[in-house]
Amino acid sequence: MTIMKSLFGATAIVALGAAAATAEPGLIIDLGGKFDKSFNESAYNGAQRWLEESGASYRETELQSEAQREQSMRRMAESGANPVVVLGFANASTLEKVAPDYPDTNFTIVDMVVDQPNVQSVVFKEHEGSFLVGVLAAMASDSGTVSFIGGMDVPLISKFACGYAQGVKAVNPDANVIVNMTGTTPTAWNDPVKGAELTRAQISQGSDVVYAAAGGTGIGVLQAAADEGILSIGVDSNQNYLHPGYVLTSMVKRVDNAVYEAFEAGAAGEFQPGIKVMGLDNNGVGWALDENNEPLITESMKATVEETKTRIIAGEITVHDYTTDGSCPAY
Amino acid sequence: MDTMPRWADIALIPLINLTLALLVSALVIALIGENPAQAMGVMIRGAVGSAYGWGYTLYYATNFIFTGLAVAVAFHARLFNIGGEGQAALGGLGVAIVCLSVPWPHWTLALPAAVLGGALFGAAWAAIPAWLQATRGSHIVITTIMFNFIASALLVYLLVNVLKVPGSMAPETARFPEGARLPSAYDWGAWMGFGRSAPLNVAFFVALACCVAVWVLIWKTRLGYEIRAFGQSEAAAKYAGIRPVRTIMITMLISGGLAGLMAVNAVQGEAERLVIDSVQGAGFVGIAVALMGRSHPLGVLLAALLFGALYQGGAELEFEMPAISREMIVVIQALVILFTGALDNMVRGPVEGLFRRRRKGAT
Repeated sequence: MTIMKSLFGATAIVALGAAAATAEPGLIIDLGGKFDKSFNESAYNGAQRWLEESGASYRETELQSEAQREQSMRRMAESGANPVVVLGFANASTLEKVAPDYPDTNFTIVDMVVDQPNVQSVVFKEHEGSFLVGVLAAMASDSGTVSFIGGMDVPLISKFACGYAQGVKAVNPDANVIVNMTGTTPTAWNDPVKGAELTRAQISQGSDVVYAAAGGTGIGVLQAAADEGILSIGVDSNQNYLHPGYVLTSMVKRVDNAVYEAFEAGAAGEFQPGIKVMGLDNNGVGWALDENNEPLITESMKATVEETKTRIIAGEITVHDYTTDGSCPAY
Repeated sequence: MDTMPRWADIALIPLINLTLALLVSALVIALIGENPAQAMGVMIRGAVGSAYGWGYTLYYATNFIFTGLAVAVAFHARLFNIGGEGQAALGGLGVAIVCLSVPWPHWTLALPAAVLGGALFGAAWAAIPAWLQATRGSHIVITTIMFNFIASALLVYLLVNVLKVPGSMAPETARFPEGARLPSAYDWGAWMGFGRSAPLNVAFFVALACCVAVWVLIWKTRLGYEIRAFGQSEAAAKYAGIRPVRTIMITMLISGGLAGLMAVNAVQGEAERLVIDSVQGAGFVGIAVALMGRSHPLGVLLAALLFGALYQGGAELEFEMPAISREMIVVIQALVILFTGALDNMVRGPVEGLFRRRRKGAT
C-alpha cells in the first residue's frame, strides 16, 4: 500500500516537472536571514517587485544551516518551481551536484559560476562599484585614514576591499586603508556585535569613513559608526536610510535585478544559461544617492564620482579584480 | 517493584506523552492563527506520505539512531553523555579523512573503513571526558558539553585552514571520490519509488545492525552485565569485582564510537563532503531519542523514526505554510522533547496509579 502510494507520489512529481514552463519561480534565501538589510533583503525585494508587477506568485524558503542546502534546493526543484534562484557562493558545490538531477529545471546562482547546461551564473563587478565608493570615502575623509570591514574572509570580499582601496588611493595616494574581516565561517555574515567592535577598533586607529561589506554584520558597523559620529558606507541594498546623516552612501549591488530578471525570463520562457556579468555599464552595481545622504555629498564629490564612473565604463580606468590573481595593488 | 506491565512502560506512556505534546502544539498553531488540522496534515503527509518524504524521514532517523544509541549505552552505566554532538562532528572528520586519503575502488571497501574511521574519531573524542570522569571525578555532563564547543572550534579551524579546497571560497572539503560514495536509496530502492533526491543510503542498514549489536551487548554479554550493574549501583558493582575505571572508559568509548558513526550517514552518505555543522543538532536530539526509547535499542529505533518524521515533516511544513516559521517548528519539536523527557513523571504517576488500582481490584 505504502509502495503504491509512493509510486503515485513519484509520478506526481514527474508530472509537475513536465509542466515546468508555466511553473512559479522559487527563491532560496541564504544564511543571514531575509531581513539582513543587505544581500538577502535585496534579493527578497527583487522577488517582491516581480510579485507586484506580474501578479503571479513564487515560492520561497530560508536556509538555517550549511547542511540544509541540498534538501532545500531539491525540495524547491521537486515542488516544480522554475527557475530556482540560489544566493551566494556557498551554494556552488551543492548546485554542481543537484542541477544534473533536474535537467528540466533552470537554476540561477548569484555570485558564483557553476558550469551546467541548466544553470545561469550571475556575477557582479563589485570591484568597480567599490572603487566609486572608495573615491567618495577619500573625498569625505578628514583624517586620511579610512577603513573596510568584510564578512567572511573569502576572495569575493577581498574583491570589494581591493576595489575600495584602489578608489581611495586614486584620490589620495597617501591615504591609509585599514582592512578587517569578521570571521572565516558563514556566521561572519550575521554578527553585528563583532562588526561594531571592529568598527570601534578602526576608529581608534584614526578611521573616519568605514565601508562594510558583511551582510547582516554591517548593521552593527553602521550603528557603531553613527554612535561614534563617523561616516559609514553600506552595501548591497541602499542602506542610506538606516542612519541618515551618517551613511555616506551605499555600494548597491543589484541582486534584486538579478532575481527579478531571472524570474521574468523564467516566466517568459527565455531563460538563458551561462554567465551573466553585471557591472557599472548595465547598472548591476553603483553608488546610492537619495534624500538621506544628499547633505553629505558635495557637488565636487558628485562630479568626481560620476566622471570616474564614465571613465571606468569607457575603459579609461581599469579596476583590478582581486579574484583574478589573489593580490591587490592598493594594499 | 513493577507496577505496570512492560507494554505500558514502552508504548502507552510515550504515546500519551506524544499526544499531549501534539495537543499543545496544535494550540500554539491555533494561537498564531493557522489551522492546526491542516498543519498536522502537511506534517504527516510530508514525512510519510510519499517516497520523497520517506527518503528524508529515514535519513534523519538514521542519524538519530546512531546518536540515540550512543546516549542509551552510556545511560545504562548512569553516564550522561551530552557530547554526542562533538563526537559526531569528530566522526565526520574521521570519515572525511578515510574517504579522501585513499582512492577507494568500491564503496564496499570504503564503507567498513569509514565505519572504523568515524567510530575511532568519535570514541577518541569521548575518551578524554571519560578518563577525567573515571580518574578525577570531573562530571561527565560538564566535560562532554565543553568538548562539544572544542570540537566545533576545531572543525572550523581545520575546514578553513587545512581541509578547504585551495581557491574555493566555501569552507568545505572536496567531494569524496566516486568509489567512496555510498549507494543511495535510488540505487537499491528505486522499485519502492525512491527518487534521485533521496538522501537515504546504506548507512541505514549499518544503523539497524548497530541496534542489534547494542541489544546483544547490553543484555547478552558479560560486559553489558557489568555496565548495567555499574549503573544500578556503583558500590555494589565494585564489591562484585567490577572495575569502575575500566567500565566507565569502555562504556564511553562505545558511546562515542556510536555517535561518530552518524557521520557515515550524514557526511559520507548524504553530503559526500565535510561541511561546517554537519551534525545539525542530531547529537542533542539523540538525548531525547534515548530518553523516549527508555535506552532500549528497539525503543531508540522507534523514537528515532518519530523524530525523523518530525524533522522531515517540520521542513515540509515550513515549506508549505510559510506563516509557520522555522522557529515554530523548533517549538513543536521542543514540546515533544519536553513532554517525553522532562515531564515524563507527570504522566507516569497517574498511569501507574491506575494500574495499581486495577491490580488491587483484580486480586
